[in-house]
Amino acid sequence: MLLEIENLSVSVEGKELLKDVNLSLDKGETRMLFGENGSGKTSLLMAIMGLGNYRIESGRIIFKGKDITNLPPYERAKMGIGIMFQRPPTIRGLKVRQILDLIRHDGSNPEELAAQLNFTQFLDRDLNLGFSGGELKRAELLQLMAQDPDLVLLDEPESGVDLVNISLIGEAIRKLLQKDLHRKREKAGLIITHSGFILDYVEADKGCVLVNKTIWCTGNPHEILEGIRKNGYEGCLTCQR
Amino acid sequence: MSEIKKKAQAAVNKPARYGPDIDLEKYSTEAPEYPQKDLKEIDILDLETLLNAGVDITGSGRSGSFVQVDRSVIHTSQTDEGIEVLPTRKALEIYPWLEEYMWKLVPVDQDKFTARAALEFQNGYFIRALPGAVSTLPVQACLYLKSKNINQNVHNIVIAEEGSEIHIITGCATDSPEVQGLHVGISEFYVKKNAKISFTMIHNWAENIAVRPRSAYSIEEGGVFLNNYVCLNPVESLQLYPTAYLSGKGAVARFNSILLARPGTHMDVGSKAVLSGRGARCEMIARALSTGGEIVSRGLMVGETEGVKGHLECRGMILKGDGRIYAIPELDGKVEGVDLSHEAAVGKIAREEVEYLMARGLSEDEAVATIVRGFMRVDIEGIPDVLKEQIDRAIKLSESSLM
Ligand SMILES: Nc1ncnc2c1ncn2[C@@H]1O[C@H](COP(=O)(O)OP(=O)(O)O)[C@@H](O)[C@H]1O
Ligand SMILES: [Mg+2]
Repeated sequence: MLLEIENLSVSVEGKELLKDVNLSLDKGETRMLFGENGSGKTSLLMAIMGLGNYRIESGRIIFKGKDITNLPPYERAKMGIGIMFQRPPTIRGLKVRQILDLIRHDGSNPEELAAQLNFTQFLDRDLNLGFSGGELKRAELLQLMAQDPDLVLLDEPESGVDLVNISLIGEAIRKLLQKDLHRKREKAGLIITHSGFILDYVEADKGCVLVNKTIWCTGNPHEILEGIRKNGYEGCLTCQR
Repeated sequence: MSEIKKKAQAAVNKPARYGPDIDLEKYSTEAPEYPQKDLKEIDILDLETLLNAGVDITGSGRSGSFVQVDRSVIHTSQTDEGIEVLPTRKALEIYPWLEEYMWKLVPVDQDKFTARAALEFQNGYFIRALPGAVSTLPVQACLYLKSKNINQNVHNIVIAEEGSEIHIITGCATDSPEVQGLHVGISEFYVKKNAKISFTMIHNWAENIAVRPRSAYSIEEGGVFLNNYVCLNPVESLQLYPTAYLSGKGAVARFNSILLARPGTHMDVGSKAVLSGRGARCEMIARALSTGGEIVSRGLMVGETEGVKGHLECRGMILKGDGRIYAIPELDGKVEGVDLSHEAAVGKIAREEVEYLMARGLSEDEAVATIVRGFMRVDIEGIPDVLKEQIDRAIKLSESSLM
């Protein structure tokens, strides 16, 4: 297993957000994470990355066989976890080109990657300053491509993105996750989606739903999405697990 | 006694409007006469300190140089036909008309510092770009304090004649951190029709130096004035509030200042622009960073004619310690149809930004340094690359003091 989350409970400011979450992800696997607004999807990703004031009350996070529950975020990043933020902050005076140089792995070429994302003209802009929804997502993906992590955490990659951008973004995610490789695929992805639109561009092996602070069920992503569309998230609660 | 002297006499005890008061009696205008030197022979100075203040002792890549130590001008040179560099006293001898430019923009009775500069006038630089002369290499001017308790008073005049373009970098520094001193600098700049001056000043003072520049700039029709002020080193007390008079049609002024106040440093820095020319435009951008010192960041734009446009931006960050940043942006529209705006923000480093970079693999210290570096990096346009590099260098050098 690449990632194993065992009985993870997380709170923020004394409020319990996640309870007994269990989730494991294989090398090469793509997983969709569904859940209604405020169900704790972002919190789970933040906890995996070690960000924010999320307190791990119990449980562990194992990555590549190592317990990372108490590691600072940058060590997790160095071990191969990368995250696309739902709402990335603006960093004034830091050019896109400069951050790419700071974080890129050897052998990656920022110019080339930017060209793939049709983002070349943004290289000399301040990071995220005045970026539109689609531009923010592309900036996030560009950084991830430069980092080339083994586990990619994507927080609603399709939200706020128009149709032209979404195929560009879908293509980039497919590359990040080595979707064109089959047997030799190494990269894994955990992708939060509210709408499921991203499934039209990126095939997923499984889907799971976050309900009542925990992972309620895991299964075929299309079927789960279908079920949610028909019966809502409440439907999940009555569903046989 | 001349009219100027009389006015000055009347103001010798007049405190400055801003900044802590300074007892002039504590300082002496006495100093030895230092001999003239070739740039390469300047050995009495700490070359590293000079370079950090933007003065390249080889003179390469500069179209002229000026060095004053205490009261003595020890060097002037020029390599560009169209650019003159002279000690102000010498220039006054050569050009009788220059009197007309003295105390024309800065009132001699503004405060006791202007009065002191008039009554104890030592020297200063005169830099002039002849009509149509365009120099892309900067002129460098260095003002240096060496003697104990020295009070240096300079009066600088810069004239960009019609259609000319000149870039100036001034470095101010002291011989050693122990030197106590007071620097008073009067600067009057004249940007004539369609001319351009860029003026980059890097202050590299020390803990025991008080600094009171008094500057004003006149910008005529089609003229452009760019002012970059960088002070990242300790200074006991610094107060400056220059005024730009944009009286010509379409005159443009841009002020950038980058300030760092460490514990024990007090800075009161701002700029004022009077927009009276039709279509005049002004932009002021300030970055104030405190690691325990105090910064008052001022800005005032006065719109006197319909259609003028001005924007003021001040960002302050208190990185650590019990620093203080007091931002005072002011706008004064005097007629209908002016367009003046400001944005000011004072805060601490955003945790969210630090974490964002940590999630990309930067350690906490690296993340903070990266954000602070970005904070201090202002996009400066219209100046030669060597000057941008000089500013970047100053920022880099200050980084070690941030953590
Ligand atoms: N740092 C925080 N402080 C307080 N409440 C938080 C914090 N982060 C998340 N929450 C709350 O936790 C719940 C789950 O949030 P989130 O993980 O962002 O949900 P989702 O991503 O599924 O929409 C929400 O009610 C949200 O308001
Ligand atoms: Mg969310």
